[in-house]
Amino acid sequence: MSGTFVGMPAFPEAARAAVHNATLRGNLRHATHTIRAKRARAVAELDDWPALREAGRRIKDHTLRHLDRYLEQLEESVTAAGGTVHWAADAEEANRIVADLVKATGESEVVKVKSMATQEIGLNEALLAEGIHAYETDLAELIVQLGKDRPSHILVPAIHRNRGEIRDVFRSEMGAWGRPAPEDLTDTPAELAEAARLHLREKFLRARVGISGANFMVAETGTLVVVESEGNGRMCLTLPETLISVVGIEKIVPTWRDLEVFLQTLPRSSTAERMNPYTSMWTGTTDEDGPRAFHLVLLDNGRTDALADQVGRQALRCIRCSACLNVCPVYERAGGHAYGSVYPGPIGAILSPQLRGTASEIDASLPYASSLCGACYEVCPVAIDIPEVLVHLRERVVEGGPAVRQGNKVVLKPARGHAAERAAMRAARWAFAHPGTLRAGQRLASRTRRLHPRTLPGPGRAWSGTRDLPAVPAEPFRDWWQRTRAGRDGAE
Amino acid sequence: MSSRDRILGRVRRALADVTPDERPYGEAVPRDHLRVHGERTPEQTVELLAENLADYRAVVHRADAEGLPLLVMRLLAERGAREVLVPSGLPTRWTAAADVARIHDRAEHTPQRLDRVDSVVTGCAVAIAETGTIVLDGSSDQGRRRISLVPDHHICVVRVPGQVVSSVPEALERLDPARPLTWISGPSATSDIELDRVEGVHGPRTLEVILLS
Amino acid sequence: MRVALFLTCVNDTLYPDTGRAVVKLLTRLGVDVDFPMGQSCCGQAHYNTGYRHEAEPLARHFSDVFRGYEAIVTPSGSCGAMVRELYPRMGERARAEGRGDSLARTLAPVVHKTYELTEFLVDVLGVTDVGACYPHTVTYHPTCHGLRGLGLGDRPRRLLEAVKGLELVELPGAEECCGFGGTFALKNAEVSAAMGADKVRAAESTGAEVLCAADNSCLMHIGGTMSRLRTDMRPVHIAEILASTEEEPAA
Repeated sequence: MSGTFVGMPAFPEAARAAVHNATLRGNLRHATHTIRAKRARAVAELDDWPALREAGRRIKDHTLRHLDRYLEQLEESVTAAGGTVHWAADAEEANRIVADLVKATGESEVVKVKSMATQEIGLNEALLAEGIHAYETDLAELIVQLGKDRPSHILVPAIHRNRGEIRDVFRSEMGAWGRPAPEDLTDTPAELAEAARLHLREKFLRARVGISGANFMVAETGTLVVVESEGNGRMCLTLPETLISVVGIEKIVPTWRDLEVFLQTLPRSSTAERMNPYTSMWTGTTDEDGPRAFHLVLLDNGRTDALADQVGRQALRCIRCSACLNVCPVYERAGGHAYGSVYPGPIGAILSPQLRGTASEIDASLPYASSLCGACYEVCPVAIDIPEVLVHLRERVVEGGPAVRQGNKVVLKPARGHAAERAAMRAARWAFAHPGTLRAGQRLASRTRRLHPRTLPGPGRAWSGTRDLPAVPAEPFRDWWQRTRAGRDGAE
Repeated sequence: MSSRDRILGRVRRALADVTPDERPYGEAVPRDHLRVHGERTPEQTVELLAENLADYRAVVHRADAEGLPLLVMRLLAERGAREVLVPSGLPTRWTAAADVARIHDRAEHTPQRLDRVDSVVTGCAVAIAETGTIVLDGSSDQGRRRISLVPDHHICVVRVPGQVVSSVPEALERLDPARPLTWISGPSATSDIELDRVEGVHGPRTLEVILLS
Repeated sequence: MRVALFLTCVNDTLYPDTGRAVVKLLTRLGVDVDFPMGQSCCGQAHYNTGYRHEAEPLARHFSDVFRGYEAIVTPSGSCGAMVRELYPRMGERARAEGRGDSLARTLAPVVHKTYELTEFLVDVLGVTDVGACYPHTVTYHPTCHGLRGLGLGDRPRRLLEAVKGLELVELPGAEECCGFGGTFALKNAEVSAAMGADKVRAAESTGAEVLCAADNSCLMHIGGTMSRLRTDMRPVHIAEILASTEEEPAA
């Protein structure tokens, strides 16, 4: 993924600063709680929600299980409709394809629709290295780009910024990129949106090349779908002469009719709307309407590695709605940056270690960035059992074992830094398998209980730094049970 | 080896556990969800469309064939529109009463030229009551996608009840995926500032929908 | 009905009062309770930390100890969810790893007869009024694995509402995780503590004397946070409330 994230510290360390940043905590709490209640209302409007969720899960699962066939079908339909299909095995190849396509048009600037896939591959940085300027046009992406910031949310990459901070970024940075912000710009959202409109309009109107991702690709028809709110997507998809869409191979659905499920579940899960303001659907090119050239770049970049994992592959069902982020108590407090990836939150914690592997410190720590509370699974519109995959990836971290990396079968070694834990787990298992030992330990703890400190030294501080330890009772339950002859004397 | 072959090869190896006798698409995908939410008469469906359009800040008007030209005239006058884009197949009667310059979208028009136009009047392909959505498919009364995008004021005429369906599944059935489609639910909006919805970004900031009976 | 109390290793060691309360409560309701002395740990901490293979012998041991009983009752939503949800998954994983059906077959007998306490009371015994008396203001925190894993729904609430003298007050943000999460509390201590503090503040805002839950692991975290933050509230396991009577009130 993007070089921006190389060398990220492990999640707990990255989260520490966020937890103690009152502004950030306030921004995230406000935003996630606002959307949580709205999502619940939007979902409650549909009394067939469980059936839609199940249909979505099954459509995606079926597609993934026959992905080769649907990829070939998609390629055929897109080509028949006048598009050109390219295949990119990794980020570098995708970036190279896009840069070459842009250069062939003779242009040195492109307008972009918000796209997770192009964020993932670090396309903007790669284009800049070739002298091509990519302008982000989604409001939140614009805020991130102008502020030289990193995205922290799938849907609203600038969720960590409040209106006052956004105004400051607009005032100080817009001028360097084009039309400056009005001098008297206030922090009302309507004025901020107006400033973005004015700033980007000149770029839309002169753009010759647009770059997008897609929410869905329909194999049988070759139709691509982009779901958005602001109209920046429509601008980028229809005004330029050349359109390049970079899309992950898992974004396929087999049939046109399948959209009836996702166009109901995605908007309600994502922005909590019955329907998002704009959805664009295009099939190849159309005479005298929209771009004359359409290129589709199909991106693997680790997806087939995830596909090879029978437990982990369900993460590829994700439709990027971000409902799991919005309900996640860990995300709410740690913020998106701590996940060290363009995919933050619960879905990021299972996607990044699959797309990138678990070799780096951050990726090995992500499966633990969850209390396994299950709120993410409950809201997921395609029923990804995120806790199940988290636990599965924890196993990969501590035990290693067979996996697929860059298409090759490998046997992973257990991650470093877990030796003490592993030894403790083994010891605990041994003790639990020998109740006599367990009992001796319990008794020892009870007998020495007056000597126990209220706080612990060393690693124990992780608990006792913020929480008192429970008092150890005078006797464990099993002793009482035995002493009272299976409790029947009633003596206490 | 081409990247195409490499990726398809990886996919096939990744799916080694999938047996050839697996259930085909038709059996693997249940469709137990509803085709329509709730029971309504056609009139009630139009009413729901109006409600949901208004809920997302589209301005809803009603007219019959006779009253339509006057309504369009009034809406354009209230807006102070001088230049109005009209698709080639738009019934001329619809804008006949308006005192405006009618601009036809021609290929040589640059986006900058369209940006100077005040308003656009179009028909639509279908409207969805449950979600408050109108869908344009580029037919001759709707024009190229850009004309309903660049001007800041969009008047869209929906023939009721004929063009109104209840639900997303019903709408997809009526639409032709080979055509470029634009689904519009209210004026452009964003939730990017503190996840709160604000209307009015890049697309038309005013969407007026006329329900024509 | 011969019922086994699966107390859990945490309760056995640290919260014997909860175990005594379950015995007292079930005995009062006419249930013949046994505490199989061979029991130790269901393996949840191992499993959820990524040591599935270490958890397997513990799961087999669990099955050996408990399979002979008609029902297995546990005062822990998360350990109950371990047996009911994750034992079958362990069996499936072993099968997918080419190790055959042996694990799945060993674990199958205990899966469907394991009940969390409030489930057992409401669904099996068919009672909501257990004849308890507890004259205190109580707020209830539904723990995650009970709520979302086992789907306990309003069972605990119905039981509490029937308790004489008990005033139940609504906990704001009740369904949000308290931040315990097993080893999460140690591995991500900062985030865990922040979640705990928010939970305690929400509980305090209710004005209740007692925060009640059906899982002592979560209560250990919430209670430890409460005393560190010097609040006046106490964490109490639901079993202790339901066991309390006018004649023998809970401490």
